[in-house]
Amino acid sequence: MTPLVAITHLCKSFPGVRALHNARLEIVAGEVHALMGENGAGKSTLMKILAGVYQKDSGEICIDGQPVEIASPRAAQALGIGIIHQELNLMGHLSVAQNIFIGREPLGRMGLFIDTDKMARDTAAIFERLHLNLEPHTLVSDLTVARQQMVEIAKALSFDSRVLIMDEPTAALNNAEIDDLFRIIGQLKRHGVGIVYISHKMDELKRISDRVTVMRDGQYIGTVPTASTSMDTIIGMMVGRTLLEDERPPQAGQGGEALLEVRGLNRGRSIKNVSFTVRRGEILGFAGLMGAGRTEVARAVFGADKKDSGEIWVKGRRVEVGSPADAVEHGIGYLSEDRKHFGLATGMDVQTNIVMTSLRRFLSFGFLLKPAAIQGAAAKLIAQLGIRTPSALQKVALLSGGNQQKIVIAKWLVRDCDILFFDEPTRGIDVGAKSEIYKLLNALAAQGRAIVMISSELPEVLRLSHRIVVMCEGRVTGELSARDATQEKIMQLATRREAPAAASGAVAAAAF
Amino acid sequence: MTVSKLLQGIKTAAFSSNTRQKLLAFASLLGLLIFFSMASPSFMQTDNMVGILQATAVNGVLAIACTFVIITSGIDLSVGTLMTFCAVMAGVVLTYWGLPFYLGVAAAIFFGALSGFISGVLIAKLKIPPFIATLGMMLMLKGLSLVITHSKPIYFNDTPEFPLIAQDSLIGYFLPELPIPNAVLILFVVAVVSSLVLNKTVLGTYTFALGSNEEAVRLSGVNVDRWKIIVYTLSGAICGIAGLLIASRLNSAQPALGQGYELDAIAAVVIGGTSLSGGAGTILGTIIGAFIMSVLTNGLRIMSVAQEWQTVVTGLIIIAAVYADILRKRKS
Repeated sequence: MTPLVAITHLCKSFPGVRALHNARLEIVAGEVHALMGENGAGKSTLMKILAGVYQKDSGEICIDGQPVEIASPRAAQALGIGIIHQELNLMGHLSVAQNIFIGREPLGRMGLFIDTDKMARDTAAIFERLHLNLEPHTLVSDLTVARQQMVEIAKALSFDSRVLIMDEPTAALNNAEIDDLFRIIGQLKRHGVGIVYISHKMDELKRISDRVTVMRDGQYIGTVPTASTSMDTIIGMMVGRTLLEDERPPQAGQGGEALLEVRGLNRGRSIKNVSFTVRRGEILGFAGLMGAGRTEVARAVFGADKKDSGEIWVKGRRVEVGSPADAVEHGIGYLSEDRKHFGLATGMDVQTNIVMTSLRRFLSFGFLLKPAAIQGAAAKLIAQLGIRTPSALQKVALLSGGNQQKIVIAKWLVRDCDILFFDEPTRGIDVGAKSEIYKLLNALAAQGRAIVMISSELPEVLRLSHRIVVMCEGRVTGELSARDATQEKIMQLATRREAPAAASGAVAAAAF
Repeated sequence: MTVSKLLQGIKTAAFSSNTRQKLLAFASLLGLLIFFSMASPSFMQTDNMVGILQATAVNGVLAIACTFVIITSGIDLSVGTLMTFCAVMAGVVLTYWGLPFYLGVAAAIFFGALSGFISGVLIAKLKIPPFIATLGMMLMLKGLSLVITHSKPIYFNDTPEFPLIAQDSLIGYFLPELPIPNAVLILFVVAVVSSLVLNKTVLGTYTFALGSNEEAVRLSGVNVDRWKIIVYTLSGAICGIAGLLIASRLNSAQPALGQGYELDAIAAVVIGGTSLSGGAGTILGTIIGAFIMSVLTNGLRIMSVAQEWQTVVTGLIIIAAVYADILRKRKS
């Protein structure tokens, strides 16, 4: 059988970087083909070439055995190649139907006006095919991320795509939404669509993919069937070395001084009577499903959101935290899950980002910057955290996710924060860099800081935490020690809903 | 025909998006009207109302031109001096060269479109930020107008039809008690057509889409550069219409005029609820914004408030309007 897509000897360079060198990929109809590799391995570049966003330097792309040139996104669409980019590419101010038909709006009367009825009908038809309950006139900005993703898929399908590329489609989805997505992927497979699936989540790949192609440093490493290949082998292919999958934390931090104590924290419906303590030298894991209220707790403690009630004690003293500035004053730092929006000025250089929140410490006469001191401090942290950057003056946007995360950490270390909240510290970071972040968290704890780590990846929580607090629907439903915790126990607690309250809520609803 | 179209346009605009902001703007306009009519009996007289309509025409048309560009999240600082340049070009064709009337009209619109096209190319192809590109165009056009005319006004004495464009009253023929000048009629026709373009055509969809997420539009296989150039060209052509209106009203092309009009136009757009960050906005909102500004100017003048203070109040209104918009967004 001729493969749907065959890519061979593909090379692509950007100024100063060789992104792809002899890359290869073969997709047959009706398969889910996982494309794996660390960040910077060239997966996204390869896919963007296939989708016509970038042009190849050399090499060959064959569709149905015929060599083709893909000069633009439009040409890719014409060849039946659809792509769902990592960052959703929708226009929030436009309706679902307008988004799906952007670039090929059906024209009605006189060829002047858009035939909105036809557009809505065609959109509804696509949704029907996907068994999706979505209204074509809804504004995209009113949809959840998961639903926006479905719109992207519907859009890709509306081109009668035979190849569908999905770049980290589940990054922002919860479990139910992932199930929904996988159901749709199953349908597409049955219709003979070839799917390229890029993800860092190993368990998903096992569930969904038929074959895996691994890339490293822009090169083709190998293609293996998913079912008969172990995770460790695949990871080994990706990193070129074997990683220890299971490293339990060293038992530490048990008897340390309580650095942070939160008592009876409440905020609206999202936080209900949450109390916990973190000790010096300890990593406290926060587990729970999406929307359990973990991020909300961190933000309320940090003063980013107003709390309704609750006390915060730092080093045995009660403190008032009304704003992030107060929190920092008391040595509490918060590392947001969304680095690009809240953590970094990506257009500025590494050094400036590192000292940005503590510029006051690098002044002479109270207003003149001391460049030497800034360089010194930045250089020290770059070395200490192992930030890989050509220079301290490199633009942050040009670094990988893992290195960007380290810069955010460096920022808080310069400010001498002893209590650090990490919200999804490894989201979107590749496997190799993940283990470095883990080491860093352990080292920070060992130096006597208190770490609170929020993570949706259970293996990560289990691997790092000394203690684990589990939340569900805004409440703390349990606390586990590292020794007792298992994935099953955590999931049990994470899904323990408040039965009596839910029942009375239902009664109240019925009464109205 | 025109009335039903007008209603349709208003309907389209009113229910397309952002309805609440426009209600707010509309309520402010009503509030101003009520306040001034109570403050001064002469405010509500027909003459004065017609004067307000007349005074809104030029700024209204320029503001519509700006609305397109601002929805794409761009900005156009050249609309004021472009308007003057177009008036000057009409003068060159009609008075210097003595060509027929319709060629003068065509020249104004053509040079408006041409200048918009150049701005569009500078922004889309050469990637010059809209603020800088149109700032450059603003100065160039101002200079060119002065050079071409040797800094002297061009009068349209040889073309008796010309002043009629804005000053005659088509409505007045049918309803003698309502002598609304054509300038106002033209403003409303431009508004209705623009509203249709914005809400019913591919160009309109791309205008919003560009302001909402340009990269996404590019990745959808749309030729982003081309559509951006088209938006600026259209905006320029509308400035050409404004040029005809002002030249016709003054019966002359005044080369020194124009600078400052762009800020009034942008103010009207902003008061009307169009987001400077792009993606959202309506023509109806812009028209209401333009009326708020002229009602304010007129009302304060009738109440004998010094012109200096009128400017202060306009500034306050702009800040208040944008702050109201922020409050609204924060709530939702």
